Amino acid sequence: MAEKSRTLFEKVWESHLVAEPANEPALLYIDLHLVHEVTSPQAFEGLRLSGRKLRRPDRTVATIDHNVPTTLEGRVNIQDVIAAKQIDTLRKNCAEFGVTLYDIQSAEQGIVHVIGPELGITKPGMTIVCGDSHTSTHGAFGALAFGIGTSEVEHVMATQCLPQSRPKTFRIAVEGELPEGVTAKDVTLGIIGRIGTDGATGCVIEYAGSAIRALSMEGRMTVCNMSIEAGARAGMIAPDDTTFAYLKGLEFSPEGADWDKAVAEWRELPSDPGATYDRELVIPAIELAPYVTWGTNPGMVIAVTDVVPDPAAAESDSDRRGFERALEYMDLKAGTPIEEVVIDRVFIGSCTNSRIEDLRAAAKVVAGHRVNARVRAMVVPGSQKVKAQAESEGLDQIFRAAGFEWREPGCSMCLGMNPDILSPGERCASTSNRNFEGRQGQGGRTHLVSPMMAAAAAITGHFTDVRTWEFKKEEVLA
Amino acid sequence: MQSFRTLTSGVLPLDRVNVDTDQIIPKQFLKRIERTGYGEFLFFDWRKDPAFELNNPRYKGAQILVAAKNFGCGSSREHAAWALSNYGFRCVIAPSFADIFHSNAGKNGILLVTLPEEQVQTLLDRAAKTDSYSLTVSLEDQTVRDAQGFSASFSIDPFRRDCLLQGLDDIALSLRHAGELDTFEQQHDAAFWVAPKPHAAQHTGEAAQA
Repeated sequence: MAEKSRTLFEKVWESHLVAEPANEPALLYIDLHLVHEVTSPQAFEGLRLSGRKLRRPDRTVATIDHNVPTTLEGRVNIQDVIAAKQIDTLRKNCAEFGVTLYDIQSAEQGIVHVIGPELGITKPGMTIVCGDSHTSTHGAFGALAFGIGTSEVEHVMATQCLPQSRPKTFRIAVEGELPEGVTAKDVTLGIIGRIGTDGATGCVIEYAGSAIRALSMEGRMTVCNMSIEAGARAGMIAPDDTTFAYLKGLEFSPEGADWDKAVAEWRELPSDPGATYDRELVIPAIELAPYVTWGTNPGMVIAVTDVVPDPAAAESDSDRRGFERALEYMDLKAGTPIEEVVIDRVFIGSCTNSRIEDLRAAAKVVAGHRVNARVRAMVVPGSQKVKAQAESEGLDQIFRAAGFEWREPGCSMCLGMNPDILSPGERCASTSNRNFEGRQGQGGRTHLVSPMMAAAAAITGHFTDVRTWEFKKEEVLA
Repeated sequence: MQSFRTLTSGVLPLDRVNVDTDQIIPKQFLKRIERTGYGEFLFFDWRKDPAFELNNPRYKGAQILVAAKNFGCGSSREHAAWALSNYGFRCVIAPSFADIFHSNAGKNGILLVTLPEEQVQTLLDRAAKTDSYSLTVSLEDQTVRDAQGFSASFSIDPFRRDCLLQGLDDIALSLRHAGELDTFEQQHDAAFWVAPKPHAAQHTGEAAQA
């Protein structure tokens, strides 16, 4: 009898089931636990208080990203004593429990969701968790990766597994060729705009379709990264030749005969023909455009050529009130073309858009131009390796020459736990993932865009359709 | 973990959709390494508005929070659950909750009750308009009742219910499967030979830091 057709998610899920007790959540084995300074101290302390050991230090990897300043001086002597203590606590905990730590001065330091993939620690078919909701990023490799709270961090430390109720499956296919100027960021903003910030609650999304398969690994990571902004537990993309080409030769990738064996196993992971999902959605790529969020959650999004919408269009009274509140917070009026909205700040960075391809795309827009006089713009590479690569390609020179600040790696102004924050009332074009009230600084106003759109806004001082952009040659800078 | 059986308490109505964990506890309070002391920072930015519900004396001492859909969305920070719990909330009622917050609340003895939007709207209206409004939430009966005849039953995952009723520690529960875990892990380490493994060597910058 033929075996049942299974989805990518089902294959990964079923191969990690430790136990399936009756009337209880399944016990899911965790292959890789990523740790950072903010959500781990209470978990390590919990282990100590209960006298439990860290079960698998070799499956645990730590870095410092959320709190760390992005200036060289700031990193050597961290002025924020509470942040410094939290960072130091991670160092002590990693030493005590034998966890590999990519510390601030390490050549591999960076945002946890950037370094896992670029070092080859993240691999297809794995289960990966981290005390950070954007852990969904790693699903780009065909891993089942999801964010957890600190109690669960402690649970994984103690047991290397987690009780999990089985999520539903949701296939989202983007079919066709993405129009010029429409990036992976626009794909994810377009999806969230359609299904809402709770559109995938309780689900693992599998992204599929020709537009997704045509994306680079960087683009796939951007799409999976924002799965959580649609409420999803995780996002996954089937591994293919693009995945294998990215992984080959990385520090922790297998070599020689092992590599061939690994690839053969990974080729078994994609969903079988005939596999079924709880929900499905097909989006024609041609319908997507460069997007700008106008409100205070990522679902409040419009094409760059659109106007700020009218609250009267909201589906319910409570939605309408949320809508009005968002307009008030963002200081925007319904009917205003979003292209007319002027900005004060630009942030290119975060686990969503700080990889080499993002920086290349932004630099291409910036080359030959100057940052608008009213705008303060910064680029924060996702990792030391991304920064070094960008510098070897001269991208830092393009950004600096245009008037951008070129910073050291970290989460930075995505959530403003370090000194990089907006002042009250400041408006920012940001390549990050959340435009919540106060996310980038109390009273700050965040508009989510792609790296190309952020770069164009930095130059013109207002949101600008990158499809109309004049690409100048770099030489004019010399 | 503190157990939850039946609670009768005042009600704080928070008629807002998509209340994210950045609002429940802003990032500047995530730098602390303690697990307690977050209550005073609950809804820190919103509390600056004197008209914000948490500042209204009529809701003082409320242990039940009622909110609109998709409560707890966004960041995985368990600090949001700690802040609610430290402040004194033991139960949140809403039409829907975000997944990670749902899990975090359970680990901290906070009962999340999902009711249909119309019923939640009734509770929001009554809490705002009725003096000394209170609700009785029974996890044993899986019901929510008020003195004006409101009565609704809710469903909850039976395992989550047992954990809350008995105040069970999740780690201890998982370790009932220690034997299965050992067996699984041995086979898995062999079968998933390619899985992690970062070198044991420490990549620290301690020299540079010192």
